[in-house]
Amino acid sequence: MLAYLIRRLFAVAVMLVVIMLVVFGIFFLIPQWTGVDPATMYVGKQSDAAALEGIRQKLQLGDPIYVQLAEFFKGIFVGRTYSGGGDVTHCPAPCFGYSFRNEQAIWPVLADRLPVTLALALGAAVLWLIGGVAAGVLSALKRGSVWDRTAMIVALSGVSLPIYFTGLLSLAVFSFGLGWLDGQFVPLEESFTGWLGGMLLPWLTLAFLYAAMYARITRATMLEIMGEDYIRTARAKGLREPVVIGKHAMRSAMTPVLTLLGIDLGALVGGAILTETTFSLPGLGQAVLKAISERDLPVILGVTLITATAVVVANLVVDILYGVIDPRVRLG
Amino acid sequence: MTDPLSRTGATVGEPVATTSAPPTAFLEVRDLRVHFPTDDGLVKSVDGLSFQLEKGKTLGIVGESGSGKSVTSLGILGLHTTGQYGRQKARISGEIWLDGEELLSADPDRVRKLRGREMAMIFQDPLSALHPYFTIGKQIVEAYRVHHDVDKKTARKRAIEMLDRVGIPQPDKRVDSYPHEFSGGMRQRAMIAMALVNNPELLIADEPTTALDVTVQAQILDLIRDLQKEFGSAVIIITHDLGVVAELADDILVMYGGRCVERGSAEKVFYEPRHPYTWGLLGSMPRIDKEQTDRLIPVEGAPPSLINIPSGCAFNPRCPYADVPKGGITRTERPELREVAGGHFSACHMSPEDRQRIWTEQIAPKL
Amino acid sequence: MTIPEQAGAAETSADPAPGESLLKVTGLIKHFPITKGLLKRQVGAVKAVDGLDFDVRSGETLGVVGESGCGKSTMGRLITRLLEPSGGKVEFEGRDITHLGTGAMRPMRRDVQMIFQDPYSSLNPRHTVGAIVSAPFKLQGVRPEGGVKKEVQRLLEVVGLNPEHYNRYPHEFSGGQRQRIGIARALALKPKLVVADEPVSALDVSIQAQVVNLLDDLQAELGLTYVIIAHDLSVIRHVSDRIAVMYLGKIVELTDRKSLYETPMHPYTKALLSAVPVPDPRRKKERERILLQGDVPSPISPPAGCRFHTRCWKATEVCKTKEPPLLALRTGHQVACHHPENASDIRLPSGSADQAPGA
Repeated sequence: MLAYLIRRLFAVAVMLVVIMLVVFGIFFLIPQWTGVDPATMYVGKQSDAAALEGIRQKLQLGDPIYVQLAEFFKGIFVGRTYSGGGDVTHCPAPCFGYSFRNEQAIWPVLADRLPVTLALALGAAVLWLIGGVAAGVLSALKRGSVWDRTAMIVALSGVSLPIYFTGLLSLAVFSFGLGWLDGQFVPLEESFTGWLGGMLLPWLTLAFLYAAMYARITRATMLEIMGEDYIRTARAKGLREPVVIGKHAMRSAMTPVLTLLGIDLGALVGGAILTETTFSLPGLGQAVLKAISERDLPVILGVTLITATAVVVANLVVDILYGVIDPRVRLG
Repeated sequence: MTDPLSRTGATVGEPVATTSAPPTAFLEVRDLRVHFPTDDGLVKSVDGLSFQLEKGKTLGIVGESGSGKSVTSLGILGLHTTGQYGRQKARISGEIWLDGEELLSADPDRVRKLRGREMAMIFQDPLSALHPYFTIGKQIVEAYRVHHDVDKKTARKRAIEMLDRVGIPQPDKRVDSYPHEFSGGMRQRAMIAMALVNNPELLIADEPTTALDVTVQAQILDLIRDLQKEFGSAVIIITHDLGVVAELADDILVMYGGRCVERGSAEKVFYEPRHPYTWGLLGSMPRIDKEQTDRLIPVEGAPPSLINIPSGCAFNPRCPYADVPKGGITRTERPELREVAGGHFSACHMSPEDRQRIWTEQIAPKL
Repeated sequence: MTIPEQAGAAETSADPAPGESLLKVTGLIKHFPITKGLLKRQVGAVKAVDGLDFDVRSGETLGVVGESGCGKSTMGRLITRLLEPSGGKVEFEGRDITHLGTGAMRPMRRDVQMIFQDPYSSLNPRHTVGAIVSAPFKLQGVRPEGGVKKEVQRLLEVVGLNPEHYNRYPHEFSGGQRQRIGIARALALKPKLVVADEPVSALDVSIQAQVVNLLDDLQAELGLTYVIIAHDLSVIRHVSDRIAVMYLGKIVELTDRKSLYETPMHPYTKALLSAVPVPDPRRKKERERILLQGDVPSPISPPAGCRFHTRCWKATEVCKTKEPPLLALRTGHQVACHHPENASDIRLPSGSADQAPGA
């Protein structure tokens, strides 16, 4: 198990470096090769020649590529100092970029928003796991029953209805109609109950979409597993049916669910843009939406790095869980 | 949640258990029928099967794929699950008496308690029959603790003892191995250890050696024979391999199309078979113990569909002697299982004299 | 069943006469590398086939028998060149085909055909029987006399299927019939050598006999040469003229059927034969059964010396260090053993273990 863990960690480290290289390539190399000056993407619309030149110097665009790359990595791991154009700005580690327009490092801005997105993703994940897996298992055990059919129709609608529809609908009903929740985001530091009230609808909306997918995959997996020989063996031992299902079948059914969870959670950390926009949550998604419309390159770069890291880390956690669940994985 | 193993599918209207007295035999199956409703029709996997088995004896059930031999064993254990043939539950009727207790009319939870303790099963492919995520030890401990109120430590000691008994080297170490870390033969030994951990009085082995190599098969057959002597249990061995039944069985039951076509002592079935299908099986078999220069004598055609079992004798379309009995009776009437000699039964329309003559004149010389 | 005369079968003049070597294998080796890590560093090899010498004579059936992992299936794929050998030589009709590329192999594919174990997975379910059986004609660009369809229907009849079923799909046939389709496909181009890997092991006993008889008949009618690979010693005894017994990538014994079954010389062969359950209840008591201990060792690190020594009751010191060569201890009876059964121990001149056997 330890060897497996070390192998996985090493693979993650390699993957993260590769991701940083790719990001660097996309944001700095390709523009330079194609003749676009990255500096223009840093100043925004008000381009005056002097400012551009200052940024060029700050980003060391005149230097060889390996120097630029080294500075990029140095920024991420130890922080970086931009000098040139007359002034000196320091961007502490992890330096995901610097917004010269707002005169601030990107990471603190994003770091402020990250907890909101994390809370949204994790809270919703707990809900959809419980709901989706339970619905899927029940559907599989009562295949063809009224419950099964209803659950699968609901699941289908969950998958097919866009989040701004279900989100706005829930706001209309619970917030404006019934007035149970005010639908306003309240920071956790201010009031826990207020925060909970503000997060509840986003959680439910997001969880509904994902629970639908999880219910379908759980149902399909369970149907397959219930026909396995080892389930027959478990019954032949005289085990009670709840033990057969809860212990023997569920353990195997978790593998595909975990795979999916790793990908979904990682991607959600990058910003549940639609959900955050619908419910006006100050998360990463909102920031990235704003950055796109304003062409604020450093922010986009920062979010890209965070998303990629989140996907990699989530998959690492999934891989470790695989090892815990399936002894055969530890060997591979 | 309903128990998918519940017998709600038992045919209504057919009186069960109340009609007949408890038998004297340890295991007695009377007119067992297991039918699966499907979209294409009713699959009659087992269609009227009866036999008895005493403790300390081994019954070999022989048949080809689809003859109903595996469904019979699952039926005895109450394991004919849903899903095998679509959504519908199996319809099961008849009587299964185990040690004076009728199982088909019994409370499902009572049958569950017997399962694994009084009657246990060994399956064909030990790799898929063992849970890949649990250690061998855990799986045996679980099988023991479900029927015995003991702590984990005691159960683990018992598991190691059983692994040792079935010939697994270093059982105190291997108890913590996972199934994939065992070889095929070791896995089957572990499976046997698990089946025998509760000293069951009835052991059903469904093709226990089919997935194994010859030399390992010999080891496992030996092990089953030794353990039976030691524990004195009744054993049902289900196989397509006549060699395996010849090694182990005292009595043999030949199944075809969900029914028994011949039943008797191993002596009788091998040396004086009285059913053309049994002749066909014997003639189809290449022999390792004889220099054969002749062609094999196969049974022509293919096994019947269990949805459309041929009318009359199920074997009639493939039987070279279907026209020996006069009046086309083989195509219209189902032959009953009749005693041809003491304890030797066969279901054939031909007269015992005809069969004796055909066997001695035409079949036996060519084998 | 009658088999129509195969037109043109006699015209090919280069055919070896019956009894002459059709296929010759020397020092055949196949190692599958085991790689590890991102860099695919090779950390070992599965020595599936590790030095085989034998020949297949025209018109005979060579049976190859052994337990799982002995390399018999790999051997079948090597001699039909579905796999490329890692070492050694395969000659077909005197021509070295060991490392021929796909293009150069194409004409050879006509002469060497393969029948597979699983009649369910070896036929494309979306193609009709006609398409399946006529595929070899298309691949080879052959136009049979009288047209493809007529030839396919003739082939279906030869293997005992209804020629009218030309347009049916594999799932409409039973297991035995599917195996017949596989045989018809293999026979389409009038091969000289047919390699059958477990041709009947997926079939029921009664159907198995039908297919065994069919293979027999076809051999007699068409003068085919077979290599039949199987784990079932009874089937092998019935179909083979000569038999090679394999253990862990090596041939341990190679002789004619009668000698092998009546006077086996390799302890492994003897144990193998004694392990097969005999369908004869009266004889089970008088039989002497040799129970081998343990399992077959891993082909990744086979035991040094004689590969069987870890399970052999006759093993001595020499078996642990020196690999016994496959030697003809009697006429036509090759054995690789230091202490053969039914013969006195062999004494090896020093260093002879590495020499090629004198067959």
